[in-house]
Amino acid sequence: MLKKRIIPCLDVKDGRTVKGVNFVNIRDAGDAVELAQRYVDEGADELVFLDITATIEKRKTLTQLVEKIARRINIPFTVGGGINSLEDAKAIISAGADKVSINSAAVKHPELITEIAEQFGSQCVVLAIDTKYEDNEWKVYINSGKTPTPLLALSWAKEGEQRGAGEILLTSMNHDGTKKGFAIDITRQVSEAVNIPVIASGGAGTMEHFAEVFLQTKASAALAAGIFHYGEISIPELKAYLQTQHIEVR
Amino acid sequence: MIAIIKYNAGNITSVKNAVERLGYACKVTDDRDEIAAADKVIFPGVGEASSAMNYLKDKELDKTIASLRQPVLGICLGLQLLCNYSEEGHTPCLGIFDTEVKKFPPLDIVPHMGWNNLYDTKGPLFDGFGKNDTVYFVHGYYAEICADTVATCHYILPFSAALQHENFYATQFHPEKSGDVGEKILKNFLELKK
Repeated sequence: MLKKRIIPCLDVKDGRTVKGVNFVNIRDAGDAVELAQRYVDEGADELVFLDITATIEKRKTLTQLVEKIARRINIPFTVGGGINSLEDAKAIISAGADKVSINSAAVKHPELITEIAEQFGSQCVVLAIDTKYEDNEWKVYINSGKTPTPLLALSWAKEGEQRGAGEILLTSMNHDGTKKGFAIDITRQVSEAVNIPVIASGGAGTMEHFAEVFLQTKASAALAAGIFHYGEISIPELKAYLQTQHIEVR
Repeated sequence: MIAIIKYNAGNITSVKNAVERLGYACKVTDDRDEIAAADKVIFPGVGEASSAMNYLKDKELDKTIASLRQPVLGICLGLQLLCNYSEEGHTPCLGIFDTEVKKFPPLDIVPHMGWNNLYDTKGPLFDGFGKNDTVYFVHGYYAEICADTVATCHYILPFSAALQHENFYATQFHPEKSGDVGEKILKNFLELKK
């Protein structure tokens, strides 16, 4: 039976991981490679590294860090943040990343999704969508959640799939950092509308929240950062709990 | 020396890293003589079957691969290209394994992505493999079960998770990305006697 995946997300700045609470207040949570290895040892199913400052500062992503991570860890990992072109994606994939996550650049240049998919395969392309519920709609935001767009999360996810994305990483900005649970509503809508895996992100605070998102939506994976970094929930403990809820995990 | 075949498909760096983590020297190469002379050959790949086959033919690597007599390990697309035929791009392949590669029917999420169990494991690759161990898959096409199947997996339908014919071994899953369980499988391959 295919297992539901638990994915710690490491927000990276200057080779160290940080976690934004609602994308604004940032605390330092340690060395990226060491933290990655800790998660591998604990049984993380996959890792995501997001260079959270890259888009704003137009800094090139962290090729050297990716090389270090790839040499060390033996599970799949995704790298995102500041990937604006096929060349950027190529550099990250050549450095050893299994997938690249694209967000703002995909909104500005949707053909980038197809270009990366055609060159490296759809399984390499994660379309990251930051969405915020306002005026009764789930709107898509870019530039680390700072800039609204005319897009809506559901239709953008479907378009992304058609253009060749292999996976959707869906983050609710309303829930991110609140520890009040995942955005069940939009995660359900998106995961039912597309036929590619959806990673639920934003809002995990308790183990029950993970069970909720797996039982009430078709999400294939759930992602969290701070609760793992600060040891509020350990991955082995979370997986043992999910098994008691009859959710298949590794 | 371990040769890792360099071609236009996917993430070869991670295979190289995994082999090096296990303490083996390896070289990523598309040189036919170097490949033919290697102790073992790894044929990895993530990508599209017809463009990968065209590339191999252009470089005349297709004949080199088919004629290898040392242990060969195909991974993911590598496994599929070692079969007779792939539905992906209607591609005649290398014909080592007497089976065909088909697209998953869209009855569930495609690609099959993530950690899954293996069943009916046999042969040297799976020495020490535990009943509850899982490995990491990413694929939208699968090889049908045949006489060469040495492990099966179930997703949408049962399919070949691993194949073996004489000196040719292959896994649909990614041992280089399957944690300690995958490293053990890779190590089993690297320790094979000729």
